[in-house]
Amino acid sequence: MKNKVSFIVDFFSYGLKGGSSYYAWLGILSLFILPWAYGSYQQMVAKGMIVAGFTDQISWAVYEGNFVFLVGVAAAAVTVVFPYYVYNYKTLKNVVLIGEMLAITAVLLVMLFIIYHMGRPDRLWHLAPIIGIFSWPNSILTWDVIVLNGYLVLNLICAFYNMYKRYTGQPLNEKFYMTFVYISIVWALTIHTVTAFLMNTMATRPMWFHSLMPLKFLATAFAAGPALIIVALLTIRKNTKLEIPDEAINLLSQIVVWFLGIALFLLLSEVVTELYPSTEHSFQLKYALFGMFGLSKMVPWSWTSYLVMIGSFVLLLIPRVRKNYTFLPIICISLFIGIWIDKGYALVISGMIPSPLGEFSEYTPTWIEIFIIAGNWAIGLMIFTILAKGAVGVMLGDVIHPSAAGKEVAHH
Amino acid sequence: MPAEEKKEVKGTTISRRQFFKQAGAVSAAVAAAAASSVIAPEEAEARTTFAEFFQNNYRLMTDEEKKEAIARLEQRHSEEYGKKVTVDGSPAMKDVLFGYALNIQKCIGCRRCVYACVKENNQSRHDTEIQWIRVIRMEKGNFTVDDMDKGYPNSPNESFGIQVGGNAYKNAGVALEGQHYYQPERVPEKDAFYFPVQCMQCEKPPCVKVCPVRTTYRDPDGIVVIDYNWCIGCRMCMGACPYWARRFNWGDPNLPAEEMNPKTHYLGNRPRMRGVVEKCTFCLQRTRKGRYPACVEVCPVGARKFGNLLDPESEVRKILDRKKVFRLKADMNTYPKFFYFID
Repeated sequence: MKNKVSFIVDFFSYGLKGGSSYYAWLGILSLFILPWAYGSYQQMVAKGMIVAGFTDQISWAVYEGNFVFLVGVAAAAVTVVFPYYVYNYKTLKNVVLIGEMLAITAVLLVMLFIIYHMGRPDRLWHLAPIIGIFSWPNSILTWDVIVLNGYLVLNLICAFYNMYKRYTGQPLNEKFYMTFVYISIVWALTIHTVTAFLMNTMATRPMWFHSLMPLKFLATAFAAGPALIIVALLTIRKNTKLEIPDEAINLLSQIVVWFLGIALFLLLSEVVTELYPSTEHSFQLKYALFGMFGLSKMVPWSWTSYLVMIGSFVLLLIPRVRKNYTFLPIICISLFIGIWIDKGYALVISGMIPSPLGEFSEYTPTWIEIFIIAGNWAIGLMIFTILAKGAVGVMLGDVIHPSAAGKEVAHH
Repeated sequence: MPAEEKKEVKGTTISRRQFFKQAGAVSAAVAAAAASSVIAPEEAEARTTFAEFFQNNYRLMTDEEKKEAIARLEQRHSEEYGKKVTVDGSPAMKDVLFGYALNIQKCIGCRRCVYACVKENNQSRHDTEIQWIRVIRMEKGNFTVDDMDKGYPNSPNESFGIQVGGNAYKNAGVALEGQHYYQPERVPEKDAFYFPVQCMQCEKPPCVKVCPVRTTYRDPDGIVVIDYNWCIGCRMCMGACPYWARRFNWGDPNLPAEEMNPKTHYLGNRPRMRGVVEKCTFCLQRTRKGRYPACVEVCPVGARKFGNLLDPESEVRKILDRKKVFRLKADMNTYPKFFYFID
């Protein structure tokens, strides 16, 4: 127990220590906290969700979009865990923990966005089994609660058990550890699948109501997630002594390009299937792509996202560009944002326009909503930075128990 | 209020120990106030809200707990609105399955039903304005002879013929070409007919299926009800409803005390709170007592009919037997108990 406490203390004190640029980065992120606190107070305490841009017509918007998108980011940890443990791809040795830290952060952020999504966060306990009513298996939302919490626990176990054993210089219990690793690989797929089911089982929202949704969600997630991991790895490689071989980055950029290709193929299938017969069920997609009845706020967003995705795909297909580590992070960041626009903004909101009665109306986020969203992301990036820094410390052997210093133990 | 006074009397600098002492005094004062019969409204509200917070889902409450919950609400609302508010807890009547039939041939689009509903059911009047019934104005068809040999490709002389006719995008009086914001001088308008929509009380309600906490459920008389105190505000039901029948209290509802209808039902028209979903209940506070819903009562042309679907002699059953009846969006397979008909 004492060792565990000292591990946690050492881990986080290492995570909170850094050079001036490290503090500058955390400082910039903390600037978002004040507007976030103001917005949160307005929504949670003073006035309710009326301070956001919702209407009865558009009752799900950017909070829900971020929730959906971040579930994908969380699931994307599997793109490093899977090749490393199943294909024994050794170059990813120092990458797996970073992926797991990203997964933990993303799930925490998902939960944060859900709190803001709820009209009555004070009644969250109504969802708890035993003390509340957990409408499982009828409600897909309850499935989502199970898979997301399960995924958080699995990643916490895998990552922190591994790091703790490194910290104390003890060997891993292979059976125990690998069981959880394999479960977490399958589980990663479930979180995004169930989140897609949450939306695509709403038969009255034609833009969501098709069986490509889970597949498209996974494909875009496995493009956006590793893109973010690449940026994190290049940053870590530049600023720490941690060894991250080029092959690791190259494998990830290949994963990005292939899943992006699949995502674009699925997008094409969707567009043709909807637009060729052009029934009223295509109106939501048409609204997103071209606008309808003079309402076209979504059009620039949709096309930006599609052009960024297509452009990134074409560029990343070229090995010379993919292996140029000056361009690669720029492409990765724009792709991440592009997929965020597609999944986190355009998909959710366009699915609400027109309403089930055919009413066209538009959505504009309020400043309070923007403060909250920006603040949530800043909090997420802070958590990820600190967790990743701590993990780097463990991998470098800087975060180590005094008794274990100098001991050599083979580790995953 | 003794609690408030105590706070004032204490000096500006208080130690931790003093603070706890003071807190003890405050809770003692609250307990004393609870024992006496004269209670300040805010305090009463705080206490009832606290108890409400921990109460169970209405359906799972024992009769005793239901009574307590209702008493709490009656007390709180009576104080809030300055009049005697009753909260009814009548369960569904035996051998009754409520059904509704609306004659679209007769409806003149006057919206008296909309406003009678708002008045009866204590909806928020502004910011945001909530109405459970929306009347869609449907344009009549406007095909023209001029366009009959026009279209795509542009010329009728094109060798392979016209593929899309010039009248293709004209209204033919179908749902998506209607709108519910019409404001004419007088109704009915010459070129329109009207299509009121409200909760259909589906026999297979998608909203109930998706609710993660089962706060919305179907009562035995076929009414889909909501326990407003159990709703977590996730809005899954709003996403799933094919009829856009559900409304959300985005902020604190604005219900002026003088307009408040004090005869309420726990699952029906009692005042709602911020962050919960609401919708039409066929006025169960009335219909469970053998009365008509407010919208039926107010309709000036008799377009709205209501009754027990299990009673072969009821008006609504006779309509189903004799008239040309359809249900909205039958393809959704939701089995509404709200029927549209023509003579």
